[in-house]
Amino acid sequence: MTAIVETRALRKRFGEVEALAGLDLAATSGQVTALLGPNGAGKTTFIGSVATLVRPDSGELRVAGIDARAEPGRVRRLIGLAGQSASVEPAMTGRENLEFVARLFGLGRREARAAASAVLERLDLVDAGGRLVRTYSGGMRRRLDLGASLVGSPRLLLLDEPTTGLDPRSRMELWSAIRNLVSDGTDVLLTTQYLEEADQLARHVVIIDHGRAIAAGTPGELKSRVGRDVLEVRPQRVADLPAVEEVVGHVTAEAARVDRDAGTVSVAADRGAEQLTEVLRLLVARAIPVEDIGLRRPSLDEAFLALTGRQAEHATPEDEPAALDAA
Amino acid sequence: MASQAGAIDRIPAFGGVRRPAGAGFVTATAQTARRTLLQFARTPQLLVMPPVTAALFMVIFRYVFGGAINPGGHTDYVHFLIPGFVAQAFLWNVMNIPAGVAEDATSGLHDRLRSLPIPRASVMAGRSLADTLLNVVPLGITVGLGFAVGFRTDAGAGAVLGALAVILAAIYAFSWLFIGLGLVAGNAQAAQAFASLVVIPLTFVSGAFVPVGSMPGWLQWFAANQPVTAVINAVRSLMLGGTDVAGIGHTTSYWVVLSLLWCAGILALFGVLTTARFARTR
Repeated sequence: MTAIVETRALRKRFGEVEALAGLDLAATSGQVTALLGPNGAGKTTFIGSVATLVRPDSGELRVAGIDARAEPGRVRRLIGLAGQSASVEPAMTGRENLEFVARLFGLGRREARAAASAVLERLDLVDAGGRLVRTYSGGMRRRLDLGASLVGSPRLLLLDEPTTGLDPRSRMELWSAIRNLVSDGTDVLLTTQYLEEADQLARHVVIIDHGRAIAAGTPGELKSRVGRDVLEVRPQRVADLPAVEEVVGHVTAEAARVDRDAGTVSVAADRGAEQLTEVLRLLVARAIPVEDIGLRRPSLDEAFLALTGRQAEHATPEDEPAALDAA
Repeated sequence: MASQAGAIDRIPAFGGVRRPAGAGFVTATAQTARRTLLQFARTPQLLVMPPVTAALFMVIFRYVFGGAINPGGHTDYVHFLIPGFVAQAFLWNVMNIPAGVAEDATSGLHDRLRSLPIPRASVMAGRSLADTLLNVVPLGITVGLGFAVGFRTDAGAGAVLGALAVILAAIYAFSWLFIGLGLVAGNAQAAQAFASLVVIPLTFVSGAFVPVGSMPGWLQWFAANQPVTAVINAVRSLMLGGTDVAGIGHTTSYWVVLSLLWCAGILALFGVLTTARFARTR
């Protein structure tokens, strides 16, 4: 279990904004590590620091043991970066784009061609490889962009919000591509604002907020960090939601959360089974018909809410892509 | 999905023995230049529009405004206009550089290139090389058009080629300025606006279309002393066979040396600024 990325007290300030405020984290080799956090949490600044685009003001940043602040040139040989948008050239073919990056990695003409072929096959783009990228769909461009970061066979792949702006199907395709990278020895560090993405891809999740890591662990560990089970009731009639809220609140002495879209009332429960029985008894007594009632482990959503005090964002394909440079 | 996952599994990581150390300056410059050249070559509107616009402007100045302009010196307007026109025409092409560079910055391409094991200066060197090469054919077309609308000279092929060499030097130097503009602009629209703010005064407030002496004093000072006028005067005296015919003072070599000094100065200043801006780690 060696660390591919390790930081201690990493700080970076852009004018008034403290993008990294003493970030401590360790990403272990051999797995996908996800940095989960809301917009402006410092995720992109951190990825930029690992990619040697941003120089932290202070603290320690080691990539595969190399001090990234002192020897950025050595780090650049080990990493592949795919940013928030597909930075491939539309007027070149998929293959030309890959060969371009491969040549810049220092491969000779023939080696570059072989590397491009391997990546095209790996990302299921063999048929599209000879076509100009301007004819590609958004999902194909992102896959090619992922390929461009792979063509130099990096030790560490950096993906900044890899699926932002993609439709659900392309998102799943990209997820499957990313999942399979780790199996041949590429470590992956990715950022996301989507809980679902972190849950799907990563074995290790670091939640960051305001430039600091506020929690880290497997998705399961983070869920259990929130500790208590969740008691959730879905009445048959939406009109009964306020009544259910009152019953649940009365039994648990906690503020219940009402989700009108899902038609549920949920609350943290200390003595789950006991309280569930009591809630059920009261609902029957009041003749409120119940569609579904149960105890469950908290979702990563709720873990995030509990840890940051804020709602995390859900996967919606309408976010604006942005490069570091534009910021 | 399943077949795709299978395809991914089959391919082992490339190479595996020795990790490449990154491209050197020459390879990286050539590769980035090639990318820009391909981008233009495969985007016909980028290739076709500049010469068409230049031809339109030339015809308008030659036949619409030309009759009303007295160039002074010992020449008529077409012979005054064409060298001046040829000398400033490249600015209307390089004016499009900032938007393209800003696009490369916002698309994340620059971030990727900065994360690669290459000398960062090579990316800018490649861009300026490509931009200069992209101006060779339009320059030839503009000169050809000049002859087509009636320009004739006794200066000889050597002098005309010398004039073209001065223009190419100016293109190379100015490309660094416009690349730098693109880097600081933030987005393509702003880049385009900045670029026109630079190009319009440099071209119109120069000796290209009318004699500088016809302008009011305060404007004359700028027009007479700005770099594009130096380039225009060098090209004009070379193409017309002397400064007397062109109606401008000094000697041909004076203007050639002055224009090359301007180019060297612009190249030195913006070569450094633009490279530093691209290479900076924030």
